[in-house]
Amino acid sequence: MTPDRNTLIRRGSAASVVLLVIFLAAWEWGPGLVGIPSFIVPPVSMVFEEFVRMLSVNHLLFHTGITAAEVLVGFALGSLLGAFFGYVLGISPVAEFALSPYILALQIAPKVAFAPLFILWMGFTVYPKILVAILIVFFPVMVNVLTAIRGIDPDLINLARSFTASRAQIFWKIEFPSSMPPMFASLRIGATLAVVGVVVGELVGGNSGLGYLLTFGEGQANTPMVFVCILMLTLIGGIAYVAVIAIEQRVLHYMPARPLGGL
Amino acid sequence: MIRLEYRDIAMRFSDANGGGVTAIEGVSFSVDDGEVVALIGPSGCGKSTLLNIGSGLYAPSSGQAFVDGDPVLGPNAHVAFMLQKDLLLPWRTIAENVMLGVEIQRHSRSECLRRAQELLRSFSLSDFVDHYPHQLSGGMRQRVALARTLAVDPSVLLLDEPFSAVDAQTRIVLQRELAQALKRTKKTALLITHDLLEAVILSDRVLVMSRRPGHIVDEIAIEIGDRDDPFRRRQDGKVSGYVSRLMERLEIGHSGTDQQASSKVA
Repeated sequence: MTPDRNTLIRRGSAASVVLLVIFLAAWEWGPGLVGIPSFIVPPVSMVFEEFVRMLSVNHLLFHTGITAAEVLVGFALGSLLGAFFGYVLGISPVAEFALSPYILALQIAPKVAFAPLFILWMGFTVYPKILVAILIVFFPVMVNVLTAIRGIDPDLINLARSFTASRAQIFWKIEFPSSMPPMFASLRIGATLAVVGVVVGELVGGNSGLGYLLTFGEGQANTPMVFVCILMLTLIGGIAYVAVIAIEQRVLHYMPARPLGGL
Repeated sequence: MIRLEYRDIAMRFSDANGGGVTAIEGVSFSVDDGEVVALIGPSGCGKSTLLNIGSGLYAPSSGQAFVDGDPVLGPNAHVAFMLQKDLLLPWRTIAENVMLGVEIQRHSRSECLRRAQELLRSFSLSDFVDHYPHQLSGGMRQRVALARTLAVDPSVLLLDEPFSAVDAQTRIVLQRELAQALKRTKKTALLITHDLLEAVILSDRVLVMSRRPGHIVDEIAIEIGDRDDPFRRRQDGKVSGYVSRLMERLEIGHSGTDQQASSKVA
């Protein structure tokens, strides 16, 4: 017998809370029990104290804000560019044929390796970080949009054509809405990848952002500080991911309901 | 008055080896105003190609199709087609799906909505106007597709195996709804089907096509009344005679026949 949706949510939430408590307890007392020193794995209370200290001493919120802004801008621009090129290549086979070797080469190249180059070009500003995020978000969005356009049933296009649809009408009434589900799948991936891109940029050079605080904490052998930065980065990625899902559920409201909102 | 005419149509496709395949050759026939003509033939004989030529999606290699006396030079508002796939757009409600064609032809929003509501009412789908396609059964979806085809008020309907994807019982119901809608709207239709019985009970005339290169090998006028009542037509004594003649023309049941054609009838 399968439980209904409400029972599933209630039981699942209860189990999640129990797991969280167990995890926090294991983090707090586990390392001490097996003799791991606190400079290797600081207990959760120590990380929390460091978090409070960093709020006032290290401008933690300022650095978090910088990183979040870079993630937001990089993600937005990367998605827009990716979607734009996905549509152009999807609609024009000639453009796809001509550009695909270059796009493939750029896709194979590890995007984070461009970070030092961008910093050489643009200095210790926010721009190289945003650029790495754009580059890393661009590909999954472009590939998904392109595949979506390619995958549309030709009979659907013919149906629109038989109704005397113009090229623009075919795009706006058939192709664009068809691409939405795969596009949102790629935006979910992109939201988390944007954080990776920005942090790598910040790690390589600069004096602001959580990536900078990470290297700063590392330099001081301040393990709790590194933990705080990792947690804040996860928080940014998590908020970005949930925001994408919230927009997705508004846009794709016509899809059959999935359990737990399809997290 | 002739609504749809094919004049000496041939269609050749080039295959992967650079050679050519002649799909259809020397096909000429016409469909009069208000007439329903069924087209049957073995798989791959070019029936769907004829339909695509009629709707202006493909240009024939030679010959010319005419709708309402005008040569078909591309997709036009006189013709609308319906396939075995319902092709409903999942992001549009049922009413919005019915409105797709009228909307593309730039009628006003209120006119689109009026036509959609009227058609959905005639197909007993008024309660589903604001539903999405995934909430409907296969038979209902196919009815929506028919409403979408009628919404553009075409001179000619091209129907390519419209009911071959639904179960046998739903098909019987849909056949009657189609027959009644065609009668009510006085539309002209060309119906492609694999189902010999369907061809007989829905049409005024059945055209039989040969294997590739396809051409018309027989034409049978169906002399049974009540074209808007396929239920009654099914019971008519003449039906089995027409079906056997079609089987004969399609060489079904003879030795060395193609398995696919036999299985379709079984």
